[in-house]
Amino acid sequence: MISAPPILQMRGITKRFFSVPVLENVDLDATAGEVHAVVGENGAGKSTLMKILAGAHQPDAGSILLDGEEVRFSHPREAQARGVSIIYQEFNLLPERTVAQNIFLGREPMRGPVVDAGAMEEATAMLLTDLGVEHSISPRAPIRELSVAQQQTVEIAKALSFEASILVMDEPTAALSPHEVEALFARVRLLQSRGLAVIYISHRLKEVFDLAGRITVLKDGRTVGTVASDAVRPGELVRMMVGRELDHLFPPRAAPAEIGAVRLRVQGGAGDRLHGIDLDVRAGEIVGIAGLAGAGRTEVARAIFGVEPFTAGVVALDGKPVRIRSPRQAIRAGIGFLTEDRKREGLVLPQSVRDNALLAFRSIGRRQSGGEAASSRRSVVDLARLVELRAASLEQEVRYLSGGNQQKVVLAKWLATRARILIFDEPTRGIDVGAKAGIHELMRELARSGVAVVMISSELPEVIGMSDRILVMRDGTFAGELAAGASEAEIMLLATGEMETVSAA
Amino acid sequence: MNATTAAPNRAGRNWRGLDSDTALIYGVLSLVALVSWGLILANGGQINVANTLVRSVALGMVAVGQTLVILGGSLDLSVAYQVSVTAVMASYVMQGNPDRMILGVVVVTTIGLAIGLANGLIITVLGVNPFIATLGMALVLRGVLNSSFDNFAGAVPEQFQVLGYGAIGPVPLAVLLFAAVVAIAWILLRATRFGHHLYAIGGSEETARLSGVRSGRVVIGAHMLCSLTCVMTGLFIVSRLRAGAPWVGPDGNYDLESIAAVVLGGTALIGGRGGVLGTVAGVLILALLDNLFNQLEVNTFLKDVLRGVIIITAVAVYALRTRRGRA
Amino acid sequence: MSAGSPSTAAGFEQELTRPWRERAWRQTRGAAPIFAILLSLLVWIAIRNPNFTDPPVFLAFLKRAAPLMILAAGQLFVIISGEFDLSVGALITAVVVAAAGLTEGDPGRTWWVIALLFGLGAVVGLLNGLITTRLRVPSFITTLGMLLVLQGAVLFWSGGAPRGSLPENFRIFGRFGFESVPVIEQLPYSVIILAFVGIVAILLLHRTTFGKQLFAAGGNRRAATLSGVDVPLVRTIGFVLSATSAVIAGILVGGFAGISQDAGAGYEFQAISAVVLGGAALGGGSGAMVAAMAGALSLEALFTLLNLLGLPKPSRDAVQGLIIIGAVAFAAYRLRRT
Repeated sequence: MISAPPILQMRGITKRFFSVPVLENVDLDATAGEVHAVVGENGAGKSTLMKILAGAHQPDAGSILLDGEEVRFSHPREAQARGVSIIYQEFNLLPERTVAQNIFLGREPMRGPVVDAGAMEEATAMLLTDLGVEHSISPRAPIRELSVAQQQTVEIAKALSFEASILVMDEPTAALSPHEVEALFARVRLLQSRGLAVIYISHRLKEVFDLAGRITVLKDGRTVGTVASDAVRPGELVRMMVGRELDHLFPPRAAPAEIGAVRLRVQGGAGDRLHGIDLDVRAGEIVGIAGLAGAGRTEVARAIFGVEPFTAGVVALDGKPVRIRSPRQAIRAGIGFLTEDRKREGLVLPQSVRDNALLAFRSIGRRQSGGEAASSRRSVVDLARLVELRAASLEQEVRYLSGGNQQKVVLAKWLATRARILIFDEPTRGIDVGAKAGIHELMRELARSGVAVVMISSELPEVIGMSDRILVMRDGTFAGELAAGASEAEIMLLATGEMETVSAA
Repeated sequence: MNATTAAPNRAGRNWRGLDSDTALIYGVLSLVALVSWGLILANGGQINVANTLVRSVALGMVAVGQTLVILGGSLDLSVAYQVSVTAVMASYVMQGNPDRMILGVVVVTTIGLAIGLANGLIITVLGVNPFIATLGMALVLRGVLNSSFDNFAGAVPEQFQVLGYGAIGPVPLAVLLFAAVVAIAWILLRATRFGHHLYAIGGSEETARLSGVRSGRVVIGAHMLCSLTCVMTGLFIVSRLRAGAPWVGPDGNYDLESIAAVVLGGTALIGGRGGVLGTVAGVLILALLDNLFNQLEVNTFLKDVLRGVIIITAVAVYALRTRRGRA
Repeated sequence: MSAGSPSTAAGFEQELTRPWRERAWRQTRGAAPIFAILLSLLVWIAIRNPNFTDPPVFLAFLKRAAPLMILAAGQLFVIISGEFDLSVGALITAVVVAAAGLTEGDPGRTWWVIALLFGLGAVVGLLNGLITTRLRVPSFITTLGMLLVLQGAVLFWSGGAPRGSLPENFRIFGRFGFESVPVIEQLPYSVIILAFVGIVAILLLHRTTFGKQLFAAGGNRRAATLSGVDVPLVRTIGFVLSATSAVIAGILVGGFAGISQDAGAGYEFQAISAVVLGGAALGGGSGAMVAAMAGALSLEALFTLLNLLGLPKPSRDAVQGLIIIGAVAFAAYRLRRT
């Protein structure tokens, strides 16, 4: 397989944004019929590399060879015309337009002066048949009526319609449920068998090992190396990505004496996609919630925080039943929620560090701040120091901060409200390794100071390393509870349903 | 996902292309027509469909053009003054001389296309928000018009008035022309690349661009077509009035009314959703109500009030349906 | 990644000693071009008309500019929250016509009529806000509908020709001032009102929780909601402030321009233009109060200058249009480059 001549060669790719190097001398090649995974921490340069391949960015140095011939793409369309297609994490589909219209956008088949809708829909139907989804997706269905997995299938069909020889998939399983992931894998293998080169970007090492023949590791914008997947163990790969053992970074867990009374209790919580949610979180502990994407982890957090409240069940804080119908009430009750998507839900990007840090505090009013009459300015400086924020000044707009520092601003926002229950949803997603350790230390310090912490995470090492207890979700409810230090295998067995439900202790 | 078979054309599509918003607005239009004609007959008035249609032509043309730019995520606040420019320049160039009719039409068309091109370029190349760009254009046109003309200028020849008053059989010529404009716009949107790309740009400019759509050209094209509909309205008005004056456009309130008709017809103000058929219904509803109020001798000023209430209500209903059906 | 040199946490100490004026300046300097434009316009006017620098002449200019500046201040609240208010021009007309009709020239009625007008403004703003936030009608349409409703209602009520007249003690706000003040001779009431409104607006927008929440609501609605901001409430207050500014502007306009059916015509677009000239982004999340008011003053200065240059009145529209497009194009160009 590796002996076949590479269909794609990227040589010495270098890219700078505002003179900050993002990629330096990166090499990548791919052969027909191969799944080639590209892994690396967030910020390693994977997305930029793929955007260069797709023609969305132009490299400052280096060359791209397709079938041995050097090419230069100044627009994504040119790359598509040469058989390079990319499926981004955020789909490029128009919700109001049909499947066929989306697939052929920009190159509609014509019959004289008009678009040949019949031919377009027929061609779409054939593509969908190819993928085995002709019964579930109609060429005439508007995209907005399709599920996320169906939309992704439409993206794949769109890529195929370009007669792609190279298909790039950026984190394709991020929003899929387990059986959708299986269907996707089947599709990827199908494409592979037809001689496509699939470049597969993922954080999920299990997927990478399942699918890929070769794995290229990027770190800090450089190629660490390319290895055959059967010649490397996951631990080694992780070391290549991060350069050090992740496990050593986690702070020590809570001692039994540090764990206090039950602060948050949910009994029989249910909602649209949730049922039978029973949850206790004690002061001083970190409860990790694991589970596959789509299992309902974020939904639990949003229900507790009053965004989409539970429709049944009882929520009690410090033993007192409460009704939380909106984020405002949740904040007043002392709950803070660090959302998964910082830029869209956590921060007001054009506002300053100061204004973001004080946003929640201001909206619940000063009276609830525990009576300390310190001026807000003083406390923002304290908060910035507490979270070890690195910013040019408190007036700096948060859009100019790195991911790690943005997360610290969000954290400062909840510290300003003196929240006693903090829910972290993917607290270190998109954050570089160094800043990750800092966030973890902070979470542990908060717990030690008596805050009840709930941490939702897709990264199993993080769940295992941080949690005092681990709850695993599956299909909208808790599948079981594991003690601190459970193994990845135990968690995965619960999450995938291959082990019978373990009753919560 | 494999197990459930989604019905190909389920909720939201009744037949090809006619989505439920359009069906709804035509339902409302029928209701308004029946009720208003019923009321008029009950009050001993007369129904004059042709007259109602002719009254809709001026606003209707502009609204069709406005639909195109709004679908593409843009907006044109300069349409009223574009109508004035055409009306004034047509009568000024023609000077009552039949031999100068063609020259007049060529001149106003050229000016119209130039204005549309300028609007489009300011928005796409200079990156000015369409609201500000076309508002600025409206001011520029108003300034130029009012400093060059302060009254009716020249006249169109009698032959030209056929456009405004002529008929083929029972059907007024202007109504036929309007129907043709609607049909062309409908075909443009449904069956040409331009139309497909316009919807795409209105839906997401980024997605359209990544798919190789030259969004700048399409938006400029939409603005030029919109200006062309203003030219047609201007010619229609001047053929009825015999001469054009700077105030004919703003007096017709075409800028805000055309936008109102478009959103009344179910086209989203942010673009990407809707169509020209809905707009026609929107225009006709406004005209029918106008006619009803006239016949019932409702105070003319109350019409404005009702109009405002109707527009807000309609858009609120669309917003509610969108939330229920698609959220 | 981050712009500027990252400082250690300890570096924030300096934040404590930094005077708030400096921070206010940081917030405003993004809008620096408008101050350059305003200054050059004023200098140009002074060159053409040396009297312009005489305090009484300059104050008369400010008096004329006061309604638009107040209106721009109100409009900025709405624009920052990510909305439009197109109904302010019609509301000004409504205020003028209603004031004349209700007082019928009787000075005894002035005060309760003014109170009533503010009540009208509050209702209009409340309706604009509630329809926009609760029924989710785009504010462009809501306020356009409100414009039609107000316009029709005023004409219906007045029967097409405004009735009544404004009593002297109503007109003084727009017309007169404290007399025999040293140096400046007359201190117009409208300038005092302008100063008062300006200060309140600056404090409200830049120094209060409400102001910060308004920026957050316009900058990122979801993040604001999840941080406990009552976004619909904040936006509705923005509309009420805008309508209130229109009532104040209407009282001033009625004072110096008298009763007319189109007393407020065109003010909505001028106010939006002024705000945009002042660097605020349509779509929300950014803007500065001083800059928006400077934008309004620049527009008035532009009118004055074009008048001085002897351009016929209509051509002022054309120049105004070009300048607005030019200013926004320049802002877009600067944004693209960074």
